[in-house]
Amino acid sequence: MSARRSERLARIAHLRQGRHVQPDAMVEVLERLIEAGDRVCVEGNNQKQADWLSECLAHTDPQRVHGLHLVQSVLSLPEHLDIIERGQVERLDFSFSGPQAGRLARLLEGGQIRLGAIHTYLELFARYFVDLTPRVALVAAQLADREGNLYTGPNTEDTPAIVEATAFRDGIVIAQVNAVVDRLPRIDIPADWVHVVAPAPRPHHVEPLFTRDPALITEVQVLMAMIAIKGLYAEYGIRRLNHGIGFDTAAIELLLPTYAESLGLRGRICTHWALNPHPTLIPAIEAGFVESVHCFGSEVGMEAYVAARPDVFFLGGDGSLRSNRAFCQAAGHYACDLFIGSTLQIDLAGNSSTATRGRITGFGGAPNMGADARGRRHASAAWLRAGAEGRAPGAMPRGRKLVCQIVETFREHMQPTFVERLDAWDLAEAAGLDLPPVMIYGEDLTHLITEEGIAHLCRCTDDAEREQAIRAVAGFTPVGLARDAAAVASLRERGIVQRPEDLGIAPRDATRDWLAARSIKDLVRASGGRYQPPPQFRNW
Amino acid sequence: MEHFTLVFPSRPAPPQALQAAAALCGVVGSGNLEVLVEPGGASAAQDCCQLEVHTAAEGFRETWQAVLGEFCALHAAGGLSLLLNDVGATPAVVALRLAQAYEAWLAGPAAGAP
Repeated sequence: MSARRSERLARIAHLRQGRHVQPDAMVEVLERLIEAGDRVCVEGNNQKQADWLSECLAHTDPQRVHGLHLVQSVLSLPEHLDIIERGQVERLDFSFSGPQAGRLARLLEGGQIRLGAIHTYLELFARYFVDLTPRVALVAAQLADREGNLYTGPNTEDTPAIVEATAFRDGIVIAQVNAVVDRLPRIDIPADWVHVVAPAPRPHHVEPLFTRDPALITEVQVLMAMIAIKGLYAEYGIRRLNHGIGFDTAAIELLLPTYAESLGLRGRICTHWALNPHPTLIPAIEAGFVESVHCFGSEVGMEAYVAARPDVFFLGGDGSLRSNRAFCQAAGHYACDLFIGSTLQIDLAGNSSTATRGRITGFGGAPNMGADARGRRHASAAWLRAGAEGRAPGAMPRGRKLVCQIVETFREHMQPTFVERLDAWDLAEAAGLDLPPVMIYGEDLTHLITEEGIAHLCRCTDDAEREQAIRAVAGFTPVGLARDAAAVASLRERGIVQRPEDLGIAPRDATRDWLAARSIKDLVRASGGRYQPPPQFRNW
Repeated sequence: MEHFTLVFPSRPAPPQALQAAAALCGVVGSGNLEVLVEPGGASAAQDCCQLEVHTAAEGFRETWQAVLGEFCALHAAGGLSLLLNDVGATPAVVALRLAQAYEAWLAGPAAGAP
């Protein structure tokens, strides 16, 4: 049986002053606290990273620290995989691997590690409270005070979920902080839940993941945004929603104050969001489209702008953003009527995946956003309408979440987005996964938008019709060219498939002139100078 | 680079527009293309459209056939000659540029290219 928290902390009594330890003692602290077989969570996600603690863990003596069971959101730093290569990790449960996807696939195929499962963020948080509770959690905060209270600030993100599970189940919470101060702006994590605090030699990394430069948005993306706004948002009256991360949805955000405004949609669509503070949402907020935004995490450079809009964002008493990934994932799942995002591959049943051969990228949050919330019971007009469409007469009435994939028919290098068979099948076989890693299942997908138009899949009555609706918007891909022209004509007649011209949209009108901001500098201007883009996005 | 010329049947273009000068649309840049529309050309037949393609992406002849064939089927482009200078544009961009170039040509020189 592993030692209790009090016994473990006694081993580092000589290194601890209150809850604080010196940074150069951290490797020894970890070696003394962590036992073989421990479940360890190194905090990190696609934005914030406990990167210094991760490095310290990778410097521990494999003779002393080994047999670990990693239970963490993200494997995206080289150090996360270094400890696997050094033989210190036996088992892995995670959610997302991003930049390390190729290396992880090789480790799994080489049998160097046993994979428990690939989760969604919310699913892994849930398991922290059931069968994957961390024994030791390494987390990142901006500031600590002398007592060990933590300020996680705008990038609070996953910290509350990890700390709550660990601290209340006899586990040990170790925090790296950017600085120790006498008085915190606000307390995000009380000292009582934290056992070891150390100032890191440099501030923790935060990735500006949600910044999309409007200069790179194409006319095809503008066309698809027009189709989305008129054919989906206006059609269903969607007010509560979540957007994915890509340029396609950034284009929609930038067309709200222009194109959507011209259709008289302000106040009728896109009023409430579960969304990170996307810089491309600034013009819509300033135009009065947006009433409320709750955030999974923050976004580098958006701090001052967010702080200036307490009427829109969730802020602490200190005036800065409080994000919370677990709550925002729950909000996106249960309180939003629409998820819309991009993907890499879609098959004939509408299943979509971002997995490609030789890369295990994992899931992140999209499956929880892009799935019908079958536990939902409150109604909204959009949800009721989507539920009624395609339902057999006499069946039990119920609502349905709108789930839309927005993609160009070809990706870069002429890779078709539409395929007969997802690469996910091959990946599952090569890595020994239980299931092909599907991001959004076809049965949850209600809409598909491409430059060819919109397919209202939820209006189809059977699988054959659905397949033809998918082929109808698959353009000149082999899947699209194999469409049945008569079946597609019938789908168009019944409004199940709509071309841009069926919606009164002329492709020649799809110009970048519709973008409310055409550059990062325009976004800074729209924010009244409050948005401070990170250096890599400044080109003036 | 790959060069080829295709001819597809197409409804005759509006006669008054056939008096219009050439129209140019798009740019020669990565992932993009330039389309020049002008009356006449080698085919000169009023029920055919001739398209001369210069593309940096080799090996997509069938996709070009499908994209250009659909353009000629949907638009009254008979009697027109189109020149395409492509730098790896996707079919989505090609179709959009063709539509824009055709509209610009119909609208005449005053309207210009979008």
